[in-house]
Amino acid sequence: MAALYEGYTLCGLVPDQNLSSSGIQGIEEERDRDHVVVTDSTRSVTLYKVSDQKPLGSWTVKQGHKLTCPAVFNSQTNEYVAVTDNKVIRIWKEDDILLDKAFKATVSSDVWKVHCTHGGEPVVLFQRGAVRLLDSLLAAPQQPIEEVLAQEEAIRWSTIIVAETQQFIIITTEQKGEHFLYLQRLNPNSVQRYRLEREEPGLSPLSFSATYRDKHICLLYLYPNGHVYQSVLSVRGLGTEEGVQALPLPRSLLLGLPVGDGQLEAASAMALDEAHVAVVGVPHPSAGGGKDFLCIWNTNFQTLQAGKEIAGKIYGQLWSYSNKVFIPHGKTLSIIPFECPKSSLASALGKLKHTKTEESKTPNSVPSWNNILHGEKAQPSKSAETRRTRTTRKSQSTTNLTTDQVLELIKTAPVEEIQKEVEGFLTRAEFQDLQPSVGQLALTLVSRSLADPAFYSSSTLAQLVHTRCLCHSVCPDLVLLALEKKDYFLCQLCLQFFPDIPEAVTCACLKAFISIPDVDAEKVSLEPDSVEFMENLITRDRAEAGLQNGFSPTSSVVNDRQTRAEDVKKKASAPSQLSCPVGLHKAVLINEILQTPYSDTFLLPHLKDLSSQHVMLFLQYLQFLYLKYSQDAFPQMEGFRSPSLSQIMDWVCLLLDAHFTVLVMTPEAKGLLLNLHRFVKSQVRLVSELGKIEGSLQELRKMKAKESIGQYSIEIIELF
Amino acid sequence: MGEFKVHRVRFFDYMPSAIRTMAFNSQTERLAVARADGAVEIFNFNDNFFQEKVIPGQDGRATEALCWVGHRLFSAGLNGEITEYDLENLRPQYTVDAYGGPIWTISSNSQGTQLAVGCEDGTVKIFAILEERIQFQRNLNRHKGRIISLCWHPSSAQIAAGMTDMIKIFDAETGHATRRLLVDRAMGASKNKEVVVWSVGYLSDHTIISGDSAGKVQIWNGLTGTLVRTYLVTKWDVLVLSVSKDESSVIAGTSEGTVIQFQFISSTVDQHDKEWVRTRTFRNHSHDVSALAHTDTAVVSGGMDTQLVVRPLLDKVEKNTQESALRKIAFPHRSLVGCAKKAGLLLFQFPDRLELWKLGESEGHVCLMYPYFVCRFLQGEDHICCSALSACGGWLAYSTVSSVRLYRIQYNNTISINKVGTLARACSRQPVHLLCASDDGKWLATANTDCEIHIYNLHKMKLHCMVPVYNSCPTTIAIHPVTNNLISVHADQQIFEFSLVQKEYTQWSRRLQAQGLLSLWLERDTPITHITFNPKNPDHIILHDTYMFCIIDQSLPFPELNAVLWNQMTLKSLPVSQRIGQSHAFKICKSFQHLMCVSLLEDLSLVVVERPLLDIMSQLPAPVRQKKFAT
Repeated sequence: MAALYEGYTLCGLVPDQNLSSSGIQGIEEERDRDHVVVTDSTRSVTLYKVSDQKPLGSWTVKQGHKLTCPAVFNSQTNEYVAVTDNKVIRIWKEDDILLDKAFKATVSSDVWKVHCTHGGEPVVLFQRGAVRLLDSLLAAPQQPIEEVLAQEEAIRWSTIIVAETQQFIIITTEQKGEHFLYLQRLNPNSVQRYRLEREEPGLSPLSFSATYRDKHICLLYLYPNGHVYQSVLSVRGLGTEEGVQALPLPRSLLLGLPVGDGQLEAASAMALDEAHVAVVGVPHPSAGGGKDFLCIWNTNFQTLQAGKEIAGKIYGQLWSYSNKVFIPHGKTLSIIPFECPKSSLASALGKLKHTKTEESKTPNSVPSWNNILHGEKAQPSKSAETRRTRTTRKSQSTTNLTTDQVLELIKTAPVEEIQKEVEGFLTRAEFQDLQPSVGQLALTLVSRSLADPAFYSSSTLAQLVHTRCLCHSVCPDLVLLALEKKDYFLCQLCLQFFPDIPEAVTCACLKAFISIPDVDAEKVSLEPDSVEFMENLITRDRAEAGLQNGFSPTSSVVNDRQTRAEDVKKKASAPSQLSCPVGLHKAVLINEILQTPYSDTFLLPHLKDLSSQHVMLFLQYLQFLYLKYSQDAFPQMEGFRSPSLSQIMDWVCLLLDAHFTVLVMTPEAKGLLLNLHRFVKSQVRLVSELGKIEGSLQELRKMKAKESIGQYSIEIIELF
Repeated sequence: MGEFKVHRVRFFDYMPSAIRTMAFNSQTERLAVARADGAVEIFNFNDNFFQEKVIPGQDGRATEALCWVGHRLFSAGLNGEITEYDLENLRPQYTVDAYGGPIWTISSNSQGTQLAVGCEDGTVKIFAILEERIQFQRNLNRHKGRIISLCWHPSSAQIAAGMTDMIKIFDAETGHATRRLLVDRAMGASKNKEVVVWSVGYLSDHTIISGDSAGKVQIWNGLTGTLVRTYLVTKWDVLVLSVSKDESSVIAGTSEGTVIQFQFISSTVDQHDKEWVRTRTFRNHSHDVSALAHTDTAVVSGGMDTQLVVRPLLDKVEKNTQESALRKIAFPHRSLVGCAKKAGLLLFQFPDRLELWKLGESEGHVCLMYPYFVCRFLQGEDHICCSALSACGGWLAYSTVSSVRLYRIQYNNTISINKVGTLARACSRQPVHLLCASDDGKWLATANTDCEIHIYNLHKMKLHCMVPVYNSCPTTIAIHPVTNNLISVHADQQIFEFSLVQKEYTQWSRRLQAQGLLSLWLERDTPITHITFNPKNPDHIILHDTYMFCIIDQSLPFPELNAVLWNQMTLKSLPVSQRIGQSHAFKICKSFQHLMCVSLLEDLSLVVVERPLLDIMSQLPAPVRQKKFAT
């Protein structure tokens, strides 16, 4: 979610008498991100250090003169450039004290603005549309300036954009109620003229904002009716012919902002990044009128991400440098830091991290520091205890070895002997002492297996994992070793019992599981509980389908008509009869993945490595699970370890986030995506309904309070 | 049992004062809690967290810090004075001005020989603790900026002092500052706001732990003066820290109302290098947690929301027992309401005033006359300890730490005041916290915090007898008007009946002890604070705690151990003929909640004074953060 932070004041303002303009002409970035040059609408230019909120220097022109364009900073020469009285260009350095003693040059035509990008050369834009580089202009200040714009055509807004190495000047003009856009390329010079589509008659854009991204210039403009349009201009293939005739400029509606009644007057919209737009002067949808807000909208999801009330009058001016918004309001210029993290479907939906309370079922002793610290009070888990009693009888003959002896043994002995000794050791050891020694045993076993490819003791490792005293950080190579040895049973145990498997390893497991051929998967023996759960899930469905209409569809005595009728019915209830897209054991393994804890930020990059076939298969399986779960007929099987509905939804969201573009391009995925879209929509509806309920619940509480007995009452009670 | 008319009173707008600070004495298992109005309360953790002593506050005494030295309790506050309390007479014993401006913190060294106080003017002042008094010894080197927090090293050789933007370590011998630890300010917009080190802890391995206004808990190496770890735990302030006795765990209280635990453990199995790791978060408060104590088995916290919360650490206590239950102490463990049974008057006791109200009258449900406010007694600087109203409503008495006042009230709106002298001193070491006289004026019973109950014969003006001492403190006592039996209820919820004439426990009491009380009764976590009797039926004893009131019918059998204690609903559903077989001695009603007082008037109507916790909550200032859904 984008966020607006606590703002602070950069300086006070001297607005006009009638508060029609803020008194600020422009704010330009200076030498680095922390310095800005603020030009006021009359006579002075001030340099500020933003983080200290303090002015470092200020320059004023003499009384009677007037600054007509915002001062810019030329970082090549460390000079400031500004224009006074439309025609006089002034250039000075930071240590110049008096502006009137600085360099001046008078040009022959009125200047509209001087633009300069960081590291680039200043460009002078004349009021009649001509463009000159500052150096070439100063070489001959009185050179004739051509007229580019037609009669009665006037510049409304301009900016400079750097696209790769090219500089572009963008100008918007107005001529008899029509709006045009000029894209002027410098060096070599060429210009293209576009005509902006007409909005409702009489409406002209309130503000423009241009950004360069992905080899295109994106122009964003806001109309008084609250519509924000985006036009994309290509910087390639431009300027073969001089743009005499105006091309129509295609536009797309990016946002329809709520304007309340009436139209916007002073408002501004600015693109912050590809998905976020900052808007000022537009009423907040949930706050009443009469208040001004700075809002950040997400254009992808059309959602309001952050809002901040701005006190005082808003002038519709807005600048943004290095994650800070500069906004003049009332009598101050405020700086509001913001943050626009990359948004994902999951965060837009307001995902609720839901962890099914697994702890209650399995007393997992690994992650609890208290057990390590105060081991004497730890309760040995039941399973460990019963196993111990079960194995006591068997291992009585074995000699009682200490941890160190067992460790030595592991380094050399054959698999069978190790198995016997470890089993014996586990039976003998007190639960409290088990913690460190099990870690050591597993570590040694794994390192031997890694060193000696012929050595691998699956059952011993499984036994160690079963003690629940192991975790991933104790023995980081174990899961990968199991994957390498195709020991899926051990993988399953690890996923089940380790609380701290990193996302990369989870993803590696996922990839391995998806790519096992179904035939191989069925040979693997897995934990019976989870298999039973999946079996139930699949077969119940089949049984139901089989018994529809009271007879089995496979029965051969049905006549044609009946089968056709049944077909129709089958189609109608198609989702409920989806067959599981993966085999039973594979599904069990994938379920295990779904239930491991993860953090989506860390998981996303690894998920991107999945191939599109795998993603398709996985999504199909998730969809299958989702449909199964959402069927009312499906009873939640208590007591089984099973992924929860929200875990499934989270994974769907994650997969879509990671692979959306690929899936859109894959024709086979179309149906799947449509289905997913449908159930994402249902989730969105659920969330919005929840939002509605919140309001009514609060109302309910208020109503209850009113009903309460008040300060005093006389009642009758009866005691028996 | 029949119908009762109930006056349901909610206009006692009692507002407990916010908890400012607390100190736990692990030798005696006593917790001292200081409230914003200057009152100091002592809770006995060995006896069901019973609030055994209350030292009333005083206007202008803003206690900022408390400190136990052995059995002695010291406090310091923003009035610049250090106070030692007289825990026998429940009043400040003496005060010493530190002459350093407001005092923010007070701390004693581990031997209990010296007290260090941190003052507004930037000095750390050392006082020597002598018998009966304290004496100024010297100042440590003065620095600019106030001293907010202090902690002695267990060896008493160094003192760590939290200030604004830094922590200083002083050598207690020379008084020089040996190290200066600079604390980072908050990130982002508030960078130019100075950071206040609200609390420091100094461990024996020279680790310093600090909590500050930027929301950080920081671990420092005090020998090298380097920062070891920073935990950003909140967006607001970390107000208070508390270190466990074995120094393996630290808890931090924040403005958000959370308490966060850090433990000194090794992060991976089988490694010996331990480090401080953030482990648990407790969220029991809605407002600032400004006071914390780390006992051996529990986290005790209190703050703006006025409740004292005892949260047992589940790894230290046995699970699913009474010991492992969370306790919230919201109301004082004594009655603040007096009731004149004959006149239908209510007396409400506030720290600084008393209010007298007349109850309404009604015909069935119809209210004929609404209750009205009679008069108010404003008390000056000293706050009120206790108050009482006679049954006829004509006499009113209250006391402060320095005086006892008696008023004669006549209801033609003129009030004459009589002051009486102090009574003869009772022969006990500990303060008497409960007092009750029999209706006929013959007997007087007193109870003190040593759990002793003495009976005096007022006619002969001498000690009549002493009730056998039970090991839990009595929470309320009453003498039966007809039988002259003394009923006492104790902090562990046991009930005794003692015959004053025969000087022995009654048959009923013996039967009750033999059969035992139901565990549901014993597990209630608020004490019985008031007992009254039914004037028409001597078998009825009415008692109440915060969550229920109960009428004990002595003529009925006790409930069987497997019986349902709250059986009113079952009885209601049964036909009248079968009720007799099912009913037992305890008639419990829970329809009124957060009770301050339950009393039975002469005309057999019940008076129930409620103070719902929600009402108290709604009067608190807005919390800094509210949790919504899963944010």
